[in-house]
This record gives sequence, C-alpha cells and structure tokens, in this order.
Amino acid sequence: MPDGLFLFFAALTLGAACMLVASRNAVTSAMGMILALVGVAADFFLLDAYFLGVLQVLVYAGAVMVLFLFIIMLLNTDDPEGAYPWKAAALGLAVFFLLGAGVLWLFHWSGAVANMPAGATPPELSTNPALFTTSAKSFGRLLYTKYLLPLEIAGFLLLVALVGVVSLSKDSTEENA
Amino acid sequence: MEHTSLAHHLILAGLLFALGLTGVLVRRNLLVVYMCLELMLAAATLALVAFSRFNRTMDGAVLVFFVITVAAAEVAVGLALIVALFRKRGSVQSDALTTLRD
Repeated sequence: MPDGLFLFFAALTLGAACMLVASRNAVTSAMGMILALVGVAADFFLLDAYFLGVLQVLVYAGAVMVLFLFIIMLLNTDDPEGAYPWKAAALGLAVFFLLGAGVLWLFHWSGAVANMPAGATPPELSTNPALFTTSAKSFGRLLYTKYLLPLEIAGFLLLVALVGVVSLSKDSTEENA
Repeated sequence: MEHTSLAHHLILAGLLFALGLTGVLVRRNLLVVYMCLELMLAAATLALVAFSRFNRTMDGAVLVFFVITVAAAEVAVGLALIVALFRKRGSVQSDALTTLRD
C-alpha cells in the first residue's frame, strides 16, 4: 500500500481532473485544472523533484492558468444551455473505463513494472551530481553541458512563440478595424 | 513514502492521461479541450519524473523541464489562435466550426 500523503494527493488530482472534464462551466473547469496541476506538483515533491514541483506551480498553476482564466472571462465561452449531453457523457465514461482498465493492466496486473529492478522502493538519494539529486544545481549542470543544444532550441522556440503571438493578435485587430 | 512503488505513480499518471484524452474526445468547448491537452502533458511529465527518480538519473527530470517550456510556448500560441478564431467566428464551440464541411 502506498502511504497516506500519496493517496491523498492522487485522489485530489484525479478528482480535480474529473471536475475539469465534467463541468459545463469553463471557469469551474479551469479551477479543476489548477487543483489537478497542484496535485501533480505535490507528487513531484513526493518524488523528491523539488525544483520541478516549484517550477510546475510557478509556470503552470501561475502563468499558464492565469492566461487561461483571462481568456475564458474575456471570451465568455460557456457551453450552450440545453439538455445535458448524455450521449457524450456515456461515450466519455466508456472511453475512460477502457483506458483505465488498460492502464491498470499494463502497470499492475501484468507485473511488468513490479519486475523492474528498481520498481519496488525508490533508491536512496545521493549527492553525486551524475545521479538523481534534489538540488537545482544538478539541473543547471546538465542543462549547460549535456543538454546545451536543446536549451538553446527551447530559448529560440520561446522567441518564435513570442513573435507568433504578436503577429497573430496584430492581424486580427487590423481586420476588425 | 518508502511504500509508494513506481507502479503507483505510473497508475496515477496513466489515469490522469486517460481523463485528459477523454476530455479531448468528448468536450466541445475548445478552451476546455485545450486544458485537457495540458492535463495529458502533465500526466506524461509525472511518469517521466517517476522513472527518473526510480532509475537514479537526472535525464528524465531535465526532459520535464523542456516539456514545461514547450507547453508554455504552446499555450501562448494556442490561446492566441483561439482568440483570433473567436473574433472571426464568434464562437469557440468546435461543433459550430463547420465551414469546411458545409
């Protein structure tokens, strides 16, 4: 059995994700998304990836979700009123239970993960920077040695996204004017 | 903590991914579909961090760093596209966007 803290945050994450998928109000969906992302960040903390947990809360639950909420309230995008879409709900439940059964089989009943050499208990943490450590320093070391080219590409991608967003929003305002 | 095995984290990630995929398939509101896509990305990062921690390597965690970067860029561009779409068509419901079909 996993420990209580993991169970609590797993239940929080899955419940919030259900809220995101099932709610007809877009703002409620966004709140569920924020909760689910905080739950994922808590799981990062339980996995000793403190830097990634903080990054997840800052970037996702902070910047990205604020952007989402801003757009939702700007566009006023509630689903059209009317009968509850039972057909879509039934299809969704069928898809989810099929996928969930597949996940449980793959990771639990098939025994493939349990037979992995390091599957049962996490190995103890080390301070060797070549192995998994909790410090942000080991991130920096890898980012500027082994992953220098991907880091440059990621920076360029952010620049391209910035230029793209500016040109996208500029074009549509000119057409409106 | 010492009793939480790799399989538990992977099951959580898989169920989260399944919920996200369900939302992408079922929902009609493009903004909610987009949030479900983000949920699938978060589930994938969860699996990456779990594998990284249990295999004692930093590489999976560094990949998560890049995934978060790309996801942030993707959200910015995607939301700009949705706003442009809303200005042109006045709706973000995917079943209202049938110009190519009609």
